Amino acid sequence: MTVQTAARGLFAPAPGAAPMRQMITAQAGLETRTLLRNGEQLTLTLIIPLLLLAAFSLEPLVSFGGGYTRIDFLTPGVIALAVMSTAFTSQAIATGFERRYGVLKRLGAEPLSRTGLIAAKTVTVIGVELGQTVIIMLVALALGWSPNAVPAAVVVVPLLVLLGTAAFSGFALLLAGTLRAEATLAAANLIYVVMLGVGGVVFPLTKFPPGVRSLLELLPTGALSTGLRDVLANGAAFPAKNIVTLAVWAVVGIALAARFFRWE
Amino acid sequence: MVKRYGALTAVDGLTLTAQRGEVTAILGPNGAGKTTTIEICEGYRAADAGTVRVLGLDPARNLQKLLPRIGVMLQSGGIPPAVPAGEYLRLLSRFHRNPHDPAWLLDTVGLSESKRTPYKRLSGGQQQRLSLAAALIGRPELVFLDEPTAGMDPQARHVTWDLIRALKADGVSVILTTHFMDEAELLSDYVVIIDAGRVVADGSPATLTGSAGQLRFRAEPGLDTDSLLSALPADSAAKESPAGHYLIEVPSGTIEPALLAAVTAWCAERAVLPSSLRIESRTLEDVFLELTGRELRS
Repeated sequence: MTVQTAARGLFAPAPGAAPMRQMITAQAGLETRTLLRNGEQLTLTLIIPLLLLAAFSLEPLVSFGGGYTRIDFLTPGVIALAVMSTAFTSQAIATGFERRYGVLKRLGAEPLSRTGLIAAKTVTVIGVELGQTVIIMLVALALGWSPNAVPAAVVVVPLLVLLGTAAFSGFALLLAGTLRAEATLAAANLIYVVMLGVGGVVFPLTKFPPGVRSLLELLPTGALSTGLRDVLANGAAFPAKNIVTLAVWAVVGIALAARFFRWE
Repeated sequence: MVKRYGALTAVDGLTLTAQRGEVTAILGPNGAGKTTTIEICEGYRAADAGTVRVLGLDPARNLQKLLPRIGVMLQSGGIPPAVPAGEYLRLLSRFHRNPHDPAWLLDTVGLSESKRTPYKRLSGGQQQRLSLAAALIGRPELVFLDEPTAGMDPQARHVTWDLIRALKADGVSVILTTHFMDEAELLSDYVVIIDAGRVVADGSPATLTGSAGQLRFRAEPGLDTDSLLSALPADSAAKESPAGHYLIEVPSGTIEPALLAAVTAWCAERAVLPSSLRIESRTLEDVFLELTGRELRS
């Protein structure tokens, strides 16, 4: 063990916060690296979506109807699943354990404010989603995906993804900030699996009875997958109902998280 | 300062002032309110009543101005388990304007060989040292160390003590809690003993221990302390506690050579060979136990 404390002045106080952008970049960098190093998280956010994309597009496991090719139906749904896996499942689990280990508490003693921390988490989630979407789209194109979209899709797809991200993040933080870490882990994974089944990801919501279908389209995952499919497969310019649905979930989720989140 | 958790009053009208540039130790049994007091100063919770000023700022109102100026070592945890030690310190360095070089600080706390080791695989003492380095990385003017040497081996404790002395020499104010009385006696300029959320004694270690002399020795249990007392100067006190441990105190003064001679002569008359005979002043531990009692706390 080396001790180099004999010299005077080494610890002379010179405090000060770094610029906000530098703090957010540093925190987002660490969160992204942590997420990419975590095998379970990577399985959830990338491997499962890609496996679903490949398996369901290559084999006629489900009849999608509606005149889509299999890959054209699947790609928007798998993008919706990838967004949910990162913004909701992965973020809820990671934040739940950060809370449990006192990581959030200790960060509360740093110049990085709570707002800065939320910004860093947002940057992380959006960065990972960007990577997921690019990879999924490239694989989909290789599998024969040919989107039927109007030019406005360039704006509307990111809008849908951002609103979905806001809604999923709100509920992720609500779970992580109120339940024990293990309960968050269980709930987040359970919701992921249920939404994979009834969120319009690989099983078309048109197969459900009309009443049930309308309800499922009002859930965040259903609204996001249906909206993305409308834009990317049906050539719709602005799926207003899905956009409003996601916006309402976003407002409700973030308001609940802001009200009930406990840092310790 | 007052802080209640439901029916429990954790801090019950506590008043203390820590001077700038000094090392202040807060001592107290478990549950005395040490951590609550420190965490109110760090801005984690607001006091229910009273006035709190840290570096002239109210933590409950001006936390974002205060945080860059303080360094915090929590009692445990706070570091992401999967993140390597070096990477964590580099992250924290990016939050500050003039941080220490993370590699140098890691070396200073003896962790340069563990820089790639995730926090969860460090030993308890290594985790404490990383946590200490994290409190210092931003060149703070005030550091709060909540039981900094808990779980450290003797070598690491000495490194930590050297660091605290170096901080003080460079004008950094240190507020620490500890259960090690020798540590408080060795390091601090000012000691505050709290119990049940109140200050029960405060002052410099020398003021608290006073100048009262003590002579301790061990011998067979059951010696007649009354006859021993009659052989000693008038203002002395003698007792056996626990069995076989004898203590002679001169409350008003110091142990004189004549008293030592009287004790050994008394022993010789009875063919008793005392062992571990020591002459010392009262320790902080004596004062602490006297003030807070010997019964176990929950």
